[in-house]
Amino acid sequence: MTTKRTLMGSAVGFGLAAGLATAAIAQDTTTLTIATVNNGDMIRMQGLTDNFTEQHPDIELEWVTLEENVLRQRVTQDIATSGGQFDVMTIGVYEVPIWAEQGWLTPLDNLPESYNADDLLPAVRGALSQDGQLYAAPFYGESAMVMYRTDLAEEAGVTIPDQPTWAEIRTAAEAMTDEENGVYGICLRGKPGWGENMALIGAMANSYGARWFDMDWQAQFDSPEWNEVLTDYLDLMTNYGPPGAAANGFNENLSLFQQGKCGMWIDATVAASFVTDPEDSQVADSVGFAQFPNKEGVDNRGNWLWIWTLAVPAGTDASEAAQEFVAWATSQEYTQLVAEEEGWRAAPPGTRTSLYENQEYLDAAPFAQMTLDSMNAVDTSAPAEGEIPYTGAQYVAIPEFQGIGTAVGQSFSAALAGQMDAEQALQSAQQITQREIDRAGYGEN
Amino acid sequence: MARAVTTKTKAINTAIAWTIAILIFFPILWTILTSFKTEGTAIADPPVFLFFDWTLDNYATVQERSNYFRHFMNSVVISVGSTVIGLIIAIPAAWAMAFVPGRQTKNVLMWMLSTKMLPPVGVLVPLYLIFRDWGLLDTRIGLIIVLTLINLPIIVWMLYTYFREIPNDILEAARMDGATLRSEVIYVLLPMAVPGIASTLLLNIILAWNEAFWTLNLTAANAAPLTAFIASYSSPEGLFYAKLSAASTMAIAPILIMGWFSQKQLVRGLTFGAVK
Repeated sequence: MTTKRTLMGSAVGFGLAAGLATAAIAQDTTTLTIATVNNGDMIRMQGLTDNFTEQHPDIELEWVTLEENVLRQRVTQDIATSGGQFDVMTIGVYEVPIWAEQGWLTPLDNLPESYNADDLLPAVRGALSQDGQLYAAPFYGESAMVMYRTDLAEEAGVTIPDQPTWAEIRTAAEAMTDEENGVYGICLRGKPGWGENMALIGAMANSYGARWFDMDWQAQFDSPEWNEVLTDYLDLMTNYGPPGAAANGFNENLSLFQQGKCGMWIDATVAASFVTDPEDSQVADSVGFAQFPNKEGVDNRGNWLWIWTLAVPAGTDASEAAQEFVAWATSQEYTQLVAEEEGWRAAPPGTRTSLYENQEYLDAAPFAQMTLDSMNAVDTSAPAEGEIPYTGAQYVAIPEFQGIGTAVGQSFSAALAGQMDAEQALQSAQQITQREIDRAGYGEN
Repeated sequence: MARAVTTKTKAINTAIAWTIAILIFFPILWTILTSFKTEGTAIADPPVFLFFDWTLDNYATVQERSNYFRHFMNSVVISVGSTVIGLIIAIPAAWAMAFVPGRQTKNVLMWMLSTKMLPPVGVLVPLYLIFRDWGLLDTRIGLIIVLTLINLPIIVWMLYTYFREIPNDILEAARMDGATLRSEVIYVLLPMAVPGIASTLLLNIILAWNEAFWTLNLTAANAAPLTAFIASYSSPEGLFYAKLSAASTMAIAPILIMGWFSQKQLVRGLTFGAVK
């Protein structure tokens, strides 16, 4: 009887001890839910997080990977309703200033000294800060540039300078087009969307001296500059672009370029690592790079800037752990870790000055210097020529821009598909933009 | 002569049926084929059909990157759970409407169906807020509740249609023999309605399995089913078609296999009452 009682007592004791220990572990472990997009750099980071969890055994990571548009909608919905489903969010540079102003983001004031925020590229740091305070940490950044086939340019007898004008691009496109052999002089985005064709056309407008709004928030699509932008875009794509270009976005053009069907492709700098990758690209060894074109006489190279960042929502109850993770994922040590595991070519580009001072990286990535030059040419405080009431880049940094940009993009895509002419598309863009901006109350003060 | 015509007609019908079947199945076949290609071959122009270097790399990558089993279990629990609860609620409702109809029965049925006409996004924010306040975000139970309610009109409608085919006299005879309501439903009605119930069950499992709007919007890491697993392989920058196809094949395989083995039951149930 005594033995039985002792055994039972011991069992209860062990049970209680085990329960308490489990509770203690559960209490000490913080689980971070991280919402992210599916792209090469982010997936690579997921594969390397053992390094972080080894350093922080008290933090567990849960990943939610979503398609870009779904992610944007999910995290916006969650942060706007204080849903609290995510502790770290992958958001774009467009959202950062808008969300920071709403008070939806935690200021990153807990970063360790070793983070070295001064090492961030000035354009990147500026775009992610409000009143000098960083609200999101850049994971990788991109501008836009010209990628072209050096062999086709040579055959056609054209030279593409490092800083081309749109007129030079047109001449080169004409010379490189060889429709009989399925080679088109130029591939540009045509798929409608604020982050699709309007990223390119928005940057193109900046480089032509066009602007979205004047100081009174009056839409400017009826200006001669916009007329020139759209007419030239349609002329380039109709005469020297691939068929069905109105449906082409980044991935479609990437696939055309990798298969040797494009003479030139003007798009995000991040594409450089894909088109020079011999595993997927048939033209990997004959790709040249040039800066985003401008119109002769306009001192503006498009101001295309996109940064995927990691931000901590204001509603999270794991802010400290979240900031530790953000600091790790965007640190110089992380870049070093990627280089050790997968080579320098795989290092996340476009965020830190030190990367572009590293000779090993410069040797491994032939597109590095052009990427840096393109990033440094960006000024988010004055993206367009002339006086403007907004900041931004290839986009306008106001919450209404997603809707306006997509609606305008649909008109321009319809013009590319031949459903309307440039004049009609611009009229439609003017009406939509002015209506939405008036409705939102801009320019009433 | 008549026999020859019949054979000819039969051959034509068979050819048409095969053509339509292949057309319908082609997207699935193409997805399966693409899952065995490299990313480069997946986007080849002109497209490559069968003659390429088959590879299992995409499946290996998907296995390595995602917890397939967790997503799969979530899909099973959510689709089976919502269907079973839906049936428990719908069987008595359909019985009442089929055998004891009132003056408003038709209107009630139409009203139930009208809830399917509302675009789901219209109630997303209110529902999201309710789920947040009740702690149901990213939980299986939350999704079971939503999918049960969403599919309930279809379950009730299907069962109502099947029950209407069962002669009331048989149920009356059971009542005359002293059967209680419970016995009448369990021992008389249900055995006769098994094909209809089975097809309703199968169809609802398929609908719940494939539901993507709510499952993507109300889950994060814990309750995300296979629809979220597929969505995670779409990429804005970089080629992804082969890996996405591998993920899709893995997601649809269980339901495809289930559908294959139960196709007789499904067809029988779906055409139940079509010919009198």
